[in-house]
Amino acid sequence: MDSQHAGARDIVYVVRRYNPETDAAPHNKEFTVHVEPGMTVLDGLHQIKSEQDATLVWRFSCRMGVCGSCGMLINGKPMLACNTQIMHVAERILTIGPLPNFEIIRDLVPDLRPMFNRHISGMPNIRRTDVDPKAVPTDEYYQTPEELTRFLQFSYCIKCGCCMAACPTMATDKEYYGPMPLAQFHRYNVDTRDGGFEQRKKIAGGPGGVARCHYAGECSNVCPKGVDPARAIQLMKRNLVFSYLGLIGKKKPCGTIGPDPHAQRMDGVPDAPKYTIEQK
Amino acid sequence: MRETKFWTWHLLAGCAILILGSLHMITMHLDGVLGLFNPAGPHALDWANVAARAKQTAYVVIYILLLGTALFHGFYGLRNIVFELGIGKGARSFVNAVLVIGGLALFAFGTWAAVAAQAV
Repeated sequence: MDSQHAGARDIVYVVRRYNPETDAAPHNKEFTVHVEPGMTVLDGLHQIKSEQDATLVWRFSCRMGVCGSCGMLINGKPMLACNTQIMHVAERILTIGPLPNFEIIRDLVPDLRPMFNRHISGMPNIRRTDVDPKAVPTDEYYQTPEELTRFLQFSYCIKCGCCMAACPTMATDKEYYGPMPLAQFHRYNVDTRDGGFEQRKKIAGGPGGVARCHYAGECSNVCPKGVDPARAIQLMKRNLVFSYLGLIGKKKPCGTIGPDPHAQRMDGVPDAPKYTIEQK
Repeated sequence: MRETKFWTWHLLAGCAILILGSLHMITMHLDGVLGLFNPAGPHALDWANVAARAKQTAYVVIYILLLGTALFHGFYGLRNIVFELGIGKGARSFVNAVLVIGGLALFAFGTWAAVAAQAV
């Protein structure tokens, strides 16, 4: 056996199956997969689908831990299947199930729409209260590198849902918004370019908001991108309390700087392409 | 924002309990050392000490404040635990009503007891 195949072995995949059209309840099915070093859990699933059971369903896209599609419960822990080496998590048996705290669409595919709807309700974009960014699209915002660090790590979130699956409050409280949406609320609230705190705090300070978090911290433990949603939620709690007590004033978004009126167009710079849709 | 309001007062009540509860502990358990609010000797539960404390306005005010903050802090925590059992909106409203009415009744009873004890 050459060194490339050293450690290769058979591993039993115990996969949670569920087809709402035919199954009354989820059940487990076992597949034996010959695992080579370097194979990810996602590779193993592909092998099962191509060689053993073409009906197995899961969601994936980028295969490199960027898109957040392949979040699943691997040996009892929410992880990205594409980012997890089989041999790092299993000796002989590997259990795989859909992310908990979500409805199952089929097999390993959770219904993430409630999470995304909550995310959208928190207005996950830069909200300006002074100018309409679309009216002056050439303006740039003033923001220092220090101000960037306040939210940078929270912007690494890929919305995979692992934090939502690990949250013990999510498991019992259906009204709770969950770590991902709330962390993203905070990500925009502390962005100096944003002025949407007054709008977001109505949701974040509501019945499903940050007050429901017990700081179990599991969301941060399982995040495959190293984001710390638990920290974001605690920081937002502080900001909401300070805001309620009047210790912080209404946030004024940072200023903008328009194009230099004295700037000269450089030779050889082509015109911008024409709009592809009609401008109103 | 209602939850933010409750959460903020929960924190403030916790801070108040830290101070007022400490005074209670000092009164009850360091009676032999400090003698605070125990003018009749080192035993906090002696009738003379209990009666003397009941007549001190500062002591009565401290204990009414401790009662109010402890009730709010404790009942808010209890409300959170019950809400996480996955109960519906109607049940939540019922729990809110029970806790508010129960809390106010207990506070009224405790306050009456503290004030009435001044006449002992």
